[in-house]
Amino acid sequence: MGYGWMLIAPIAMYVLIAGAVQNISSTGTKDINNPVPWIIIITIFTPIAIGLMIFGYYAIKGEYDKLPENSEEL
Amino acid sequence: MPPFFSISNIILKNLVSSFSIIFYMIPQNESKGIGKVIFSSSLGTLIEWYDFYIFGMLAKTISTQFFPEGNETAALLSTLAIFAAGFLVRPFGALFFGRLGDMIGRKYTFLLTLVLMGGSTFLIGLVPAYKSIGMAAPMLVLFLRLVQGLALGGEYGGAATYVAEHSPAHRRGYFTAWIQTTATLGLFVALGVIMAVKANMSDAAFNSEWGGWRYPFWLSILLVGVSIYIRLKMSESPLYAALKKEGKTSTNPLKESFGKRGNFKMVLLALFGAVMGQGVIWYTGQFYAQSFLENTVKIEFMQNREILLWGIGLATPFFLVFGALSDKIGRKWIMLTGMLLGVLFYRPIFNSMLQSADAKEWLKSDIVLMKEETKILFNGKDSVLQIATQYQAANQSKFTRVLHDTLRQGQQPNIKKATEHAVYQDKILATPLKWKFIGLVWIMIIFVTMVYGPVAAFLVELFPTKIRYTSMSLPYHIGNGVFGGLVPFIATLLSATYTNDPLVGLWYPIVIAALCFVIGALYLSNKIDEQVND
Repeated sequence: MGYGWMLIAPIAMYVLIAGAVQNISSTGTKDINNPVPWIIIITIFTPIAIGLMIFGYYAIKGEYDKLPENSEEL
Repeated sequence: MPPFFSISNIILKNLVSSFSIIFYMIPQNESKGIGKVIFSSSLGTLIEWYDFYIFGMLAKTISTQFFPEGNETAALLSTLAIFAAGFLVRPFGALFFGRLGDMIGRKYTFLLTLVLMGGSTFLIGLVPAYKSIGMAAPMLVLFLRLVQGLALGGEYGGAATYVAEHSPAHRRGYFTAWIQTTATLGLFVALGVIMAVKANMSDAAFNSEWGGWRYPFWLSILLVGVSIYIRLKMSESPLYAALKKEGKTSTNPLKESFGKRGNFKMVLLALFGAVMGQGVIWYTGQFYAQSFLENTVKIEFMQNREILLWGIGLATPFFLVFGALSDKIGRKWIMLTGMLLGVLFYRPIFNSMLQSADAKEWLKSDIVLMKEETKILFNGKDSVLQIATQYQAANQSKFTRVLHDTLRQGQQPNIKKATEHAVYQDKILATPLKWKFIGLVWIMIIFVTMVYGPVAAFLVELFPTKIRYTSMSLPYHIGNGVFGGLVPFIATLLSATYTNDPLVGLWYPIVIAALCFVIGALYLSNKIDEQVND
């Protein structure tokens, strides 16, 4: 499943960027037509997507097969 | 007594009595100290949520006063106030105050967040409007809104950690669930205060420059003052105090939380396996439902709020029920069940709301014409004819049909064409139907209580004391602020792309909750960590 999580991250980023390109418009009046929310959302979402890829990588490496039971194991 | 007061009195009485019964269930030896801890922590957190919500709920008035249409800079500042405060500043506040809380202690950090939140809220209520001080008004409001977001990012982690570190292991879920009620009760209080002010004055008085919309902001200073007084009397968390005495507190919580692989992987698991799904369920049940009822179903303003108040009021005690249940059977499956129920039932629930209040169907039965108002709105060269007709349907529900047609010189109005594009609005549901809607909202809030009730105890148990505040705050605020906060934006995006399905916006919370359910089911542990003092 780890590969699946790693794949979802770039797909999500692609959907966001494609959404921005398609909807930003100087004539529209909705939030989705305004570039500012898109810039904020893509900025905050990029590290989250990278986090999901790292999560997938950890899952592939079996890091979540046995979760730590106390702080010594962290 | 105005109807609003009688409704809110009933709900408040219900809430107080439910909470009294549940509080009474705490054994006497446990309730002595912990009751005080819970009360003082929860009250402050509730006020912070109240402060954060009133800005959003009064957004329309605030935008008229501070961000006038037609001014591009003001529009940019308005967008920043809405999006940056929730998405960028909240997670940053989680990092900033989380680090502070792990370095200097929980008590002083969440005292500071309370002062910042209360102070900025009060000051928003004092900023003169754009027409009085020009661009200084939106700039000041944006700055204060960002301070609000920063403070909110720091508050929750501190309060949840503080209560959890005072709680006995076998009741941690139940005691921290009190903190979980505050986000919903903050919404409840914000709704109640705004409705109470609005019910007692005209719309013009409410919306004027120094009108009633400012009262909820001014009230904040009083609430925060009381809460600060109570919090000042609290002592530091015993686990943190012991750690500090032994000189084992972290010198660099950010590095230890996110730079150390063992801990970072748990931060990622908390985010993608629990809080991401919790955030969208929470947002959909409490906020998207309200906006859907108002903008898509077009329920009248006051009745929409009344439905939400009843739904929230009657469901809130279940935060405590599921928090307590998580102490018995574990946190994981309660949270994941809440997500799964959202995935399965959101579309049927929202569809039922839409179908039950379909005014076109009501028109097919016997209807009574209540009143009709015809206006001609001048719009440059042409004029617009508006006919607003109020009807009462056979089921006793009322609604207004609004027809618009452009009047051009030398042409007769085309009423048939206008009827095809009629808008059915201001629907006032008959009592049985209103209770059906309250029931549907209640069910959605129950999903919220399932995912949100046990989550504080779950997060606390995932991280060690010395970096707990930092480690749990960030995933919580990304899950709720970013994933949850994106619900309306993505819903608008989907609705603009797929115009034929009025429920298309629900796919975002459904997909995120489903993804989180799968990740959580695969990787999370259901074991309750009894030792959180390590």
